[in-house]
Amino acid sequence: MAGEELTGTALPETALPGTALPEHPERLWRNPEPKRHYDVVIVGGGGHGLATAYYLAKNHGITNVAVLERGWLAGGNMARNTTIIRSNYLWDESAGIYEHALKLWEGLEEELDYPILFSQRGVLNLAHSLQDVRESVRRVHANRLNGVDAEWLDPGQVKEVCPIVNISPDVRYPVHGATYQPRAGIAKHDYVAWGYARAADAMGVDLIQHCEVTGLDVTDGRVTGVRTTRGTIGAGRVALCAAGHSSVVAGLAGFDLPIQSHPLQALVSELLEPVHPTVVMSNAVHVYVSQAHKGELVMGAGIDSYNGYGQRGAFHIIERQMSAALELFPVFARAHVLRTWGGIVDVTPDASPIVGLTPVDGLYVNCGWGTGGFKATPGVGWCYAHTVAHDEPHPLNAPFSLDRFTTGALVDEHGAAAVAH
Amino acid sequence: MMLIPCPWCGPRDESEFHYGGQAGVAYPADPAALSDAEWARYLFFRENPKGRFEERWCHSIGCRRWFTMVRDTVTNEIHSVRRPVSA
Repeated sequence: MAGEELTGTALPETALPGTALPEHPERLWRNPEPKRHYDVVIVGGGGHGLATAYYLAKNHGITNVAVLERGWLAGGNMARNTTIIRSNYLWDESAGIYEHALKLWEGLEEELDYPILFSQRGVLNLAHSLQDVRESVRRVHANRLNGVDAEWLDPGQVKEVCPIVNISPDVRYPVHGATYQPRAGIAKHDYVAWGYARAADAMGVDLIQHCEVTGLDVTDGRVTGVRTTRGTIGAGRVALCAAGHSSVVAGLAGFDLPIQSHPLQALVSELLEPVHPTVVMSNAVHVYVSQAHKGELVMGAGIDSYNGYGQRGAFHIIERQMSAALELFPVFARAHVLRTWGGIVDVTPDASPIVGLTPVDGLYVNCGWGTGGFKATPGVGWCYAHTVAHDEPHPLNAPFSLDRFTTGALVDEHGAAAVAH
Repeated sequence: MMLIPCPWCGPRDESEFHYGGQAGVAYPADPAALSDAEWARYLFFRENPKGRFEERWCHSIGCRRWFTMVRDTVTNEIHSVRRPVSA
């Protein structure tokens, strides 16, 4: 054996047992060079972009598709959200798309053949004043009229669902009750992205990372391609899916969006034994919290008030949500913040998204999901793929057009968004 | 936490201020003469730059006056502040 060269994968007979590395696991997706032209180019490789690519291939047989991501795949808001999944918004239009998403969530692990740790542990939206109660009961009824599961719970019932919530009447903003959506829950955000990425890649979609779009080529009012840091790529259609950077990319095509990009922070605690069995959100005592499978508390609250693309915010925002968390959950008093971070959320005037056509032919936009895009991921992918494939909105995203701001048909979901804007 | 240099009070914590969005957006002189699209632009569309932004802030827990600030929305570097110009 002396003098024989060892290969990377051979297990030499002379090696000590256990010292040779195992085969590298199979990569989940390829890392191809971009082609010079695709039928569809998706700008933005987050959850929405990946889901859109998947459903373009799966539902419409459109596989000559590239997803361009300026950073690493799903490293933007998809890596930074607080993973809450629910469909308990107020208006009929919202019920349509969020509930479609929730139904897709319920079959997604099997569809993607990939673990996503989707846990339907319910969501409580707390009420802290008589007005909160009225609005909450109204929303419960609105949900039920739209076939969305919803219940109104009194404080005692809230305590049964979530024993660690403080329902004492002796606090500044006592809990008067809550809406409860049993089918809501959480999922492992990175696995969702990787599941969609793997499945889309397997159907022939090219996932191109470290590829920033720096220009959009428009000829006679029609998009013909994108200019990127990895060269010019021709495209039959271009689907913008860039979340907080949507104004930047829309500007490359010469149109404006009614969005403002703000920092949204989130944080995790250290790993704790399971103490929090559901998801709790409170508009008034502003915080929302769940406990992930691994054991960390995952918490978030309102946006930082000013426009920001820095993916960071100020610490007094964190301090305020910690105060809120301790009022609602005294048991958290000895927990520690492990890590805080921020994303860039594209906020619209009505806290509802913009999904559909743009003033440029062949160019589509999906943005404005602001603080609540993760929960809609499968629904957006489904509807946006339909929009791109048919050059017209799916019925479920038709109400979320760019021109609603001119017609006045806003879909105001600030209350149900449950995130202070 | 940004230290924002109020033109009257000097540098103060950002938590003393209220954000007012894009500066220099005048109320339309004749709103009734605007088309729906023009009125929508005034109501709902504002600049959203990645980089230098001219924006309004109010020192709401201090002197309670409004001023204009130029800040980089990526780095939070504050380039300048100025008192509003009287009409």
